[in-house]
Amino acid sequence: MGAGHSHALYVHEHSFIHRLPPEAKVVAAVGLVASSAVTPREAIWAFAAYGVILGLLVAISRVPLRFLAVRLLALTPFVMFALLIPVIASGQTVTIGGVELSIEGLWGAWNILIKALIGGTVSILLAATTEIPEIIRGLGVLRVPALFVSIATFMIRYLELVASELGRMRLAMTARGYDPRWITQTRPIAASAGSLFIRSYERGERVHAAMVARGFTGLMPSLGRRAATGAEWAGVGALIMVWVVIATLALSIS
Amino acid sequence: MSARVVVCDVVFTYPDGRLALTGVNLTIEPGERLAMLGPNGAGKTTLALHLNGIYTADKGSITIDELDVVEDNFSEVRRRVGLVFQDSNDQLFMPTVGEDVAFGPANLGLVGAGLTERVDHALEAVDGVMLADRPPHHLSGGERRRAALATVLAMEPDVLVFDEPSAGLDPAGRRELITMLSAQPMTQLLITHDLPLALELCPRAVIMNEGKVVAGGDTRTLLADGELLAANRLELPYGFSPG
Repeated sequence: MGAGHSHALYVHEHSFIHRLPPEAKVVAAVGLVASSAVTPREAIWAFAAYGVILGLLVAISRVPLRFLAVRLLALTPFVMFALLIPVIASGQTVTIGGVELSIEGLWGAWNILIKALIGGTVSILLAATTEIPEIIRGLGVLRVPALFVSIATFMIRYLELVASELGRMRLAMTARGYDPRWITQTRPIAASAGSLFIRSYERGERVHAAMVARGFTGLMPSLGRRAATGAEWAGVGALIMVWVVIATLALSIS
Repeated sequence: MSARVVVCDVVFTYPDGRLALTGVNLTIEPGERLAMLGPNGAGKTTLALHLNGIYTADKGSITIDELDVVEDNFSEVRRRVGLVFQDSNDQLFMPTVGEDVAFGPANLGLVGAGLTERVDHALEAVDGVMLADRPPHHLSGGERRRAALATVLAMEPDVLVFDEPSAGLDPAGRRELITMLSAQPMTQLLITHDLPLALELCPRAVIMNEGKVVAGGDTRTLLADGELLAANRLELPYGFSPG
């Protein structure tokens, strides 16, 4: 993939994880998140193990920690909510720093925080090492319905175009003195949204004509991309197995 | 490599009742490069969409060599007639240029090395090998037009229909495109408002107005006829003389 091709979540590198086929990464990401989601919150050792493995994956991917940390700020709403739980939850309490906190609430907060952190890190790692079109392709390989894959592909391709059309319409409004400050002035925005919808619909018809003109009969052709090898699937399978074993152990101990 | 196009008395009405083609008659000889001129709304693009079966005529017939443009032959017609759309953003719908160029040949059943070779050839023909991995929305207007041309060249068509090839291009981009088109051996129909481009590339031109061909002949002679041009809302650029 060439430079200038990347979305904001992508880190241009040539690591082993970057080179893995997208379908293998998608399966691994779903496996890791699902395993940690079912791990009992009391099994702190299990989360420590997940953390170590995830840390290794981040190191192999060469995604900068600072990049990861900044993207993890997206979890702030969950963190805020989690921090409130010990204060408002009932049951047995413990006093920390002069504040009376619910023990059950503290466990609840920990549960949300650690699972959000693992889920967030796995997602960011997937996005940082895989271009969005590649992820969509991976979904196609994983037999996600072709219609969904096609819609997602076109959405990504044309989102930017629709956004720039919206930008031009707003510019045209501003250039003719439109400067909305009150809710009653929003009518032109609603009208432009309608107009944008019609324009997008018409573009859809033209794109469809362009596809038909090149022999499209309703099914996207396979473009012969490299599929994941047996060794790559084995590696991903082993990684998921380690997590599943940790999760199963944690569940059986609790 | 090139085919004869015969359009005979084609009539077409849009679903909203607008009569777009009122009886078009046109023949393009194998290997000929023909310019199609005319005002906006004359039916030029509508006719282009008939040539590979996107629209179907209400009356009349179209043949590509001996092949009738009818539903049973659409897949072969679409291999033989390549259409480059006016807005390259409509033409380039895949995530990267390389995949877009591969889309047509893949629909024809090409896979593996054959497909890769076809894509590489098409991109080389438009000097666009370096565009293969780039997403269309990151290209300049000229690059996008070249990529759009490559998507059609990859089908190895016998007839190339190009709607407004030079629209929106800077002079250097326009010149590159002219060079590329003049190197292509297939039959070409260039729909354009760019009269100097028509003169440079096409020995013969036709003028369409109100849904039919109203004039045709040697391009230079047509462009020298000021009255004919004015009657069809055409005008030579200031200071340009076709003589």
